[in-house]
Amino acid sequence: MRITCPICGERDRREFTYRGAALPRPAEDADLDAWHAYVNLRENPAGPLDELWHHEMGCGAWLKVRRNTATHEIHEVTLASDAGLGGAA
Amino acid sequence: MTPKEDAPVAELIAKSPCDGLLPVSVGGLTLSEEDLGHLTTLAPFKGQEKGLSTALEAAHGMKLPAAGRSTGKTGNRAIWFGRDMVLLAGPAPDTSLAEHAALTDQSDAWAVVRLDGEGCEDVLARLCPVDLRSQTFKRGHSARTELRHMMASVTRIGANSFQIMVFRSLARTLVHDLKTAMEAVAARR
Amino acid sequence: MRLPGKGLIAGGKPVTFSFNGQHMMGLEGDTLASALLANGVHLVGRSFKYHRPRGILTAGSEEPNALVIIGRGSHQDPNVRATTQELYEGLSARSQNCWPSVEHDVMAVNDLAAPFLGAGFYYKTFMWPAAFWEKLYEPLIRRAAGLGALSGAADTDAYEKAYAFCDLLVIGSGPAGLMAALTAARAGADVILAEEDSRMGGRLLAEDEEVDGMPAHLWVAEVLEELSAMENVRLMTRTAVTGAYDQGTYGALERVAHHKPRRHSLKDSHLPRECFWRIAAKRAVLAAGAIERPVAFRNNDRPGIMTASAVRAYLNRWGVTPGERVTVFANNDDAHRTARDLAAAGVHVAALIDSRHDAPDSEMFPVIKGAQVCDAGGRKRLESITVRSVAGEEKIQTDCLAMSGGWNPSVHLTCHLNARPTWRRDIAAFVPTPGAVPGMVTAGACNGEFSTAGALREGAKAAEQSLEALGLKATASDLPQAEDDPYRISPLWEVPGKGRAWLDFQNDVTVKDVQQAAGENFRSVEHMKRYTTQGMATDQGKNSNVAALAVLADATGRSIPETGTTTFRPPFVPVSIGAMGAGAAGQGFKPQRFLTSHKASEERGAHQLEVGLWYRAAYFPKAGETNWRQSCDREVTLVRNHVGICDVSTLGKIDIQGPDAGKLLDYVYTNTFSTLKVGRARYGLMLREDGFVMDDGTTARLGEQHYVMTTTTAAAGQVMAHLEYVSQALRPDWDVRIVSVTEQWAQFAVAGPKARALLNALLDDEIDSDSWPFMACGDVAVMGVSGRLFRISFSGEEAYELAVPARYGDALFRELVSRAEGLGGGAYGMEALNVLRIEKGFITHAEINGTVTALDLGMQGMMSQKKDFVGKPMSRREGLMAEDRAQLVGLKPIGAVKQLTAGAHLFNPEEPVERIFDQGYVTSACFSPTLGQSVALAFLSHGRDRIGEKVRLVDHMRGIDALCEVVEPQFYDPEGGRARG
Repeated sequence: MRITCPICGERDRREFTYRGAALPRPAEDADLDAWHAYVNLRENPAGPLDELWHHEMGCGAWLKVRRNTATHEIHEVTLASDAGLGGAA
Repeated sequence: MTPKEDAPVAELIAKSPCDGLLPVSVGGLTLSEEDLGHLTTLAPFKGQEKGLSTALEAAHGMKLPAAGRSTGKTGNRAIWFGRDMVLLAGPAPDTSLAEHAALTDQSDAWAVVRLDGEGCEDVLARLCPVDLRSQTFKRGHSARTELRHMMASVTRIGANSFQIMVFRSLARTLVHDLKTAMEAVAARR
Repeated sequence: MRLPGKGLIAGGKPVTFSFNGQHMMGLEGDTLASALLANGVHLVGRSFKYHRPRGILTAGSEEPNALVIIGRGSHQDPNVRATTQELYEGLSARSQNCWPSVEHDVMAVNDLAAPFLGAGFYYKTFMWPAAFWEKLYEPLIRRAAGLGALSGAADTDAYEKAYAFCDLLVIGSGPAGLMAALTAARAGADVILAEEDSRMGGRLLAEDEEVDGMPAHLWVAEVLEELSAMENVRLMTRTAVTGAYDQGTYGALERVAHHKPRRHSLKDSHLPRECFWRIAAKRAVLAAGAIERPVAFRNNDRPGIMTASAVRAYLNRWGVTPGERVTVFANNDDAHRTARDLAAAGVHVAALIDSRHDAPDSEMFPVIKGAQVCDAGGRKRLESITVRSVAGEEKIQTDCLAMSGGWNPSVHLTCHLNARPTWRRDIAAFVPTPGAVPGMVTAGACNGEFSTAGALREGAKAAEQSLEALGLKATASDLPQAEDDPYRISPLWEVPGKGRAWLDFQNDVTVKDVQQAAGENFRSVEHMKRYTTQGMATDQGKNSNVAALAVLADATGRSIPETGTTTFRPPFVPVSIGAMGAGAAGQGFKPQRFLTSHKASEERGAHQLEVGLWYRAAYFPKAGETNWRQSCDREVTLVRNHVGICDVSTLGKIDIQGPDAGKLLDYVYTNTFSTLKVGRARYGLMLREDGFVMDDGTTARLGEQHYVMTTTTAAAGQVMAHLEYVSQALRPDWDVRIVSVTEQWAQFAVAGPKARALLNALLDDEIDSDSWPFMACGDVAVMGVSGRLFRISFSGEEAYELAVPARYGDALFRELVSRAEGLGGGAYGMEALNVLRIEKGFITHAEINGTVTALDLGMQGMMSQKKDFVGKPMSRREGLMAEDRAQLVGLKPIGAVKQLTAGAHLFNPEEPVERIFDQGYVTSACFSPTLGQSVALAFLSHGRDRIGEKVRLVDHMRGIDALCEVVEPQFYDPEGGRARG
């Protein structure tokens, strides 16, 4: 599998580490259900999914990768810093 | 703190990361240790890339390299070193740079070797999962990638020359892996 | 038999080799199979289950029968296909799966027991009693059945892995592949042409035909000459593309040294046997050709019965005729070429039997139309065939039967990403489904286009399509002239009749087995496969799967497309484990990280401990010390009484700079760092977002916007990635820069009452407790070298960590240890470090085990109420605040005890030792030389309220059952006066 890093270009998947679904962090005072969903609940679709990958062996960028879990097709890769995952500060 | 009158006379002897391991020559390929002088990571603060580039050019005569590139020349080089980071290799960083970037001394943190000789791409093709062939990876091009299981920085510094960097503590594994690949490439000739 | 002057290797150098101890001659360019046939050897091995005599069926990598063993001991290669093994001087091969010899094999008795050994026989026979399976049945079956064996000696050969990149990967070098490579290369694309054979050309090397007005093999040579002169072309022979993977990645196995005699020079010892390539290709053309299928009839596995195309290949390429009185059995026009070529070469063709009534005639040999071969005679070598027609049955004497049931396009790679092939009725075969693998197009025989002209046409077209996608333009050129005969076929899968007709030769699966599977309701093709083991041998049923599913379709009354295929999985050809694991044997398994003090500590006889990738000194034995405990106790005592030196460079050190550095630290730590004074360090606790503790460590403030964080050795990588995540993904608006400086600094703990005295002998400027109070930090000069000094303690003594640039690490370590020894101290290792911290109740990742909270550790006071931080919301969950959670306590044994052990569980003394009464567990334990007794750290339910109570510590694994007193986790100097000095 190959992932196109927005900074480095197309690279072999062994340069990347996988973290899991890319979800925005709830606000500190959000209710426990929201936090439970953020930390524990996952959709696990057979289809497109936004995931977090770390280009750990490359430039060090955290990436949001939209990948089809059934076909492994990669639809879109963006820098996590542009993905608005921090939620409400 | 009290200044001392009887300072010790002994000196701390410096050792290089590949001390006692290099050089190695196999079938026309040579691996040797490089002393690049000062190594400083420059991490520009928000919106300071331009300012840093200007300061770098004024102080050291080269622009800030784009991603995957290096600028300058032997002894005075700026190597792209990852997201928002450049490695200044050679001179001690001018103090003016600190206005634009976080400067961190890394002079002792990296084992730096150069691989020279015909077929050096074939050696690295056994270790790195990136396309380093001369038609795509030209002189001055630089990549952060892995070399076997090690985080590495690979820069082409000549038609048949690469500069390779890994963490200092990994020097022995680096030399072992490169030497094994050099022998395998040489054995095919 | 070799035909003088015939074939492409005629006039080649003679090569001597041996087979089953018999010396023979072959020619340079031979495969083992062609050389054996030239020497009249047909009996090569015994079959898997029935130990039937078997010969050579094919001339390619799909060979199911002719498997041999080459080499001995650590060099022994089993299951080598004689059809792909190139001959070399001194090659020595032997038959496998037979004893005492291939000629006289005692297990051939299985063949007589065949009625009991049909499909599902394992499942039915060895069901009961269950205990017999492991002890009796399995060893018995393993001895009787199976293919070649390994020697048991470790493989000492070198293997390698490598990466390659190209615009266009062309798989296969027959007419389609060559034309595709040529078209793409001429347009300037970076081309890799991969061919599993030792020689490029594919079927063009095996056919007697013309391309572009010249013999086909000369056209091949001409194309190769042009390609090899081009810088943008890489020709890879002996390289089988084994799998298609995501985003244009292909796996390929290159056989680097299997065709060379073993020599024993140093250079040769570095030559890998095989190289496993990962090829990243922007586009690919699959031109993998097709595989001819046998016809199932009674005794169709006799040595001497071969595929028609193989007979033709042995004749035209290697100049060998596998028989002197050959017969051909076909259901298609293509196989007629075999009879034609043999006859033209002067070989007697006794008859061509064609199942079709409208088969073409020939003037060169008799053609029996509308007839079928229904039996074959001759046990170790074919002697006769029985032909059935409307006229009845007739026996024909023959020593070689060339059979053809038609061709199966090699669609394998197109199915590796889960696509299924499409059935084409007109050619009675599966063809690739377009778009099955993104970026790959198929051409030639693998696409169902069987004529040479068609293959050339499709190859050029596939290249043009690929070039267009690459943004390149093909230069116009005319296609070479070549034969364009139509492929006429009428399906024939099996010849009905009594007796066993073989489908899968390697796994000994017959038509009856498949019919029986259907009869027992294993109707799904996947079930049939597993029940009969059809296609599950090393050849993966390349020449039998389609026929087997045709038989299944017939038996279940469905069409072939309805029945469907089984899943095609990589690898296309067997890949040795050696190649798969290349580079990962021995030390290649993981990189090694060495400290700057490594050499010096080795010189002192230190025992090394692997800590992650790091090698750290466990203890430094002195003369007279016979076990680690003696050394460890001494090292603990020298720290407590004098001064000890320990290399702590493995701790992660992260440089954090920028206007928002303090904000980031406040966000990742539970406690506050933005208020820390410059020149001071503070202990910090970090949580995961789920509220559990991630790591701990001290962070020092070196400047207004400059901190250096210390992590544990174990979590250094994880914390670095976490900080990157938080700063990039969660708080990208903050202006902060992070970089690891772990490797920049060699850092040594100088611990003990004499630590300051030792340092003052080395520092350019002396320090005292006022200028360097507990938790102070700053720049120092040590013997003229700029360094950093941190007054922090992991031992409970007055202690410092002195850091210098790593180049001085070796020298400074030697200097520190030698001076410490002068003060009655010395070096201490990981064992003593561990005891020192347990005595103080300091935690490590033995305690931070992923299930503990700050509250469990008694560190709830470090959870700031004033700010948000990672893990804060989830740490307030009810379950994480519960009173009955296990809390950190200390344990001391009551009375004499062998030892306390980590991993032991705790119980109330009056309750039974049963899981439901479990009160907690021990995380760290040691003998404390300072206290003169064993001590332990443990997590105990309601622990903090139970100080002074008794618990029972039980470790069934190590036979320990000890009564302990619950104490505070700080065993030694609980007020911390010693560290503050």
